Amino acid sequence: MTTATPAASTASVRTTRDFDKPLWRRLLLTRETAIVALLLFVVIVSAVTVKGFAQPITVNYLLLDIAPILLIALPMTLVMITGEIDLSVGSMVGLASVVTGVAVEAGMPFEAAALLALFVGVVGGAVNGFLVTVVGLPSLAVTIGTLALFRGLAVGLLGTTAVTDFPEAWTALAKAKIAGTTIPYITVPFLILLAIFAIVLHFTPFGRGIYAIGLSKDAARFSGVHVERTKFILFVVAGLVSAFAGIYYTLRFGSARGDNATGLELQVIAAVVLGGVSVFGGRGQLYGVVAAALLIGTLSSALRLANVTSDVINIITGVLLVLSVVAASVLAWLQKARTRPARPPHPAAVTAP
Amino acid sequence: MSFASTTRIPVSGLTKHIGALGKAREFGILVALALVVTAATAKNPAFLFSPDGWRDLLLTPSILVLVAVGQAFVIITRNVDLSVGSVMGLSAYLTGRLFIDVPGIPIPVVVVLAVLFGAVLGLINGALVAFARVPAMVITLGTLYAYRGINVMWAGSSRVNASDMPREFLALGTGQILWIPVLSIVAVLVLAAAAWYMRNTRGGREYYAIGSDPAAAELYGLAVTRRVLTAFILSGALAGLAGVFYAARYGSVSSQAGAGWELDAVGAAVIGGVAITGGVGTVWGAAIGAVLLMTINRALPILGIPDFWQRAVVGVLIIGAIVLDRWLAVRQRQRLIEARDES
Repeated sequence: MTTATPAASTASVRTTRDFDKPLWRRLLLTRETAIVALLLFVVIVSAVTVKGFAQPITVNYLLLDIAPILLIALPMTLVMITGEIDLSVGSMVGLASVVTGVAVEAGMPFEAAALLALFVGVVGGAVNGFLVTVVGLPSLAVTIGTLALFRGLAVGLLGTTAVTDFPEAWTALAKAKIAGTTIPYITVPFLILLAIFAIVLHFTPFGRGIYAIGLSKDAARFSGVHVERTKFILFVVAGLVSAFAGIYYTLRFGSARGDNATGLELQVIAAVVLGGVSVFGGRGQLYGVVAAALLIGTLSSALRLANVTSDVINIITGVLLVLSVVAASVLAWLQKARTRPARPPHPAAVTAP
Repeated sequence: MSFASTTRIPVSGLTKHIGALGKAREFGILVALALVVTAATAKNPAFLFSPDGWRDLLLTPSILVLVAVGQAFVIITRNVDLSVGSVMGLSAYLTGRLFIDVPGIPIPVVVVLAVLFGAVLGLINGALVAFARVPAMVITLGTLYAYRGINVMWAGSSRVNASDMPREFLALGTGQILWIPVLSIVAVLVLAAAAWYMRNTRGGREYYAIGSDPAAAELYGLAVTRRVLTAFILSGALAGLAGVFYAARYGSVSSQAGAGWELDAVGAAVIGGVAITGGVGTVWGAAIGAVLLMTINRALPILGIPDFWQRAVVGVLIIGAIVLDRWLAVRQRQRLIEARDES
């Protein structure tokens, strides 16, 4: 974050220069394409080399496992394009899960309990949004606070106990496959949400305003974008989708616990950043993020099938994350060095692993 | 605030110092800490007045104090180090492994090696952030995973137990000099050195300058890259030292040691008045914030609140602290504007 100014300026320089290049280069030589290509590469290599990976059942477990990450990555992408961040999503998943559990235990029908959990998600998101937009606090600090707060409420409400009796019909639905395929039903709401988010982000004034805010808040305000309102709505949506993911999480594992989905926020952010969303805001595409989430999930399931300990995936996630951002700045530096050869090379940038 | 002193009636040095103390942001946190301790002691005198209670009061926070001081360095330069929990866990495990793999290794050597190891991990973070010019949050999020993964790969499901470490080393974790635990003394010494450096030296002030406005600091000719690098190395080294403390204090180190500490460390710094946007706050504040966090953790069960609610209280504290900071900043700005308009 020290480097906000130089990086922002190189980014804006690059976007204008993008139009100098031929169309195929602009379309193909992007972060998103690289991630999609890497995803295809990993899928093909694992299908050939890892025994059992090519089976349909792999797809089933893969999608079931990463559904919460995929779901939350959608609003997180939008939040991060505005230059903000929401670290409280993992805790909101836990809180929504606990609220569902407690309400069902208190005798409420499951449907009402789920609605209550969604409402809690909206309220939690509104708290984040209020503190960030109205009080004017940095979202990193606010959501570290609400990360602790929501998790604390979740753990406080249930303690170490767990609620496990949910209606059979619903828990079965969470794991059910679409007839004739091995694709779980959770992909249906995900695809609907994906379509909505993609249309809103890429094809509406509201969505273009999100990019404008990330590139320059002041310029966006002067050109008539409701900066505060947009951010507030995005935080509320992030809370709502997290709560939905929390209900799914509860049903998938059939248990509501205070520590459900601990650390999920980091996985979501890892997927979003790997997918090409700039942490400074203003840059990113939904399909890159979806590909990145699938990439992390595919790698981890392929490695698990290849009997590599599942912990190696932590290292790979971390290294991918670091490489993806470092590679971008090394490339930008190389480009600059090529166009301005007078400048002596900066040796450190090359040696940085 | 030197601008005020020209218009005000001169006051004696002592009064001014006491006045400044009352106005300092850290003072509020100190009062909150005193309130928590008083309330817990009123409910159960053993919280403060029993040897065990006294020892725990000083000993438990000292590990987080170290990590929070390192974190404060980094946050003051407008970066953040999310990998401290993983660095701490990795150095704690290294400490244990050194005792197992090199029988008879002297304790000071282990301490130095663990601190150096932490510094190297911090150097990796810092080099990536400072040279590649990418946001610290992403880099340290990546190394958080990577370091933890290395730890898990190295340790597997095995753990270092108290029986693997020499008795003298474990005695460090519980030992006391004049009723004060050794670890707390070390933590306070580190804290005092860090606070002196940040307050009184040119180098220390440069961290604030960089955090207040990185671009201006660069234009002014400050060695931004080197300072940011140093901040990360210091944060890593302190997390390494905290890892040694962790091994000495708890005697058992698994591959998950220190998981989640990064948020406690950032939380402690924020509660203590270190602004996440950089350039504001002191290491004292971060340290007091750390003590407050850990003390609340222990005080809640005594006050009759199940400790499940501890995290919720921490969350409220963090939000309260940043709202307070914001309010103070707004008031300060209004006052400056008034002062300008009057003159």
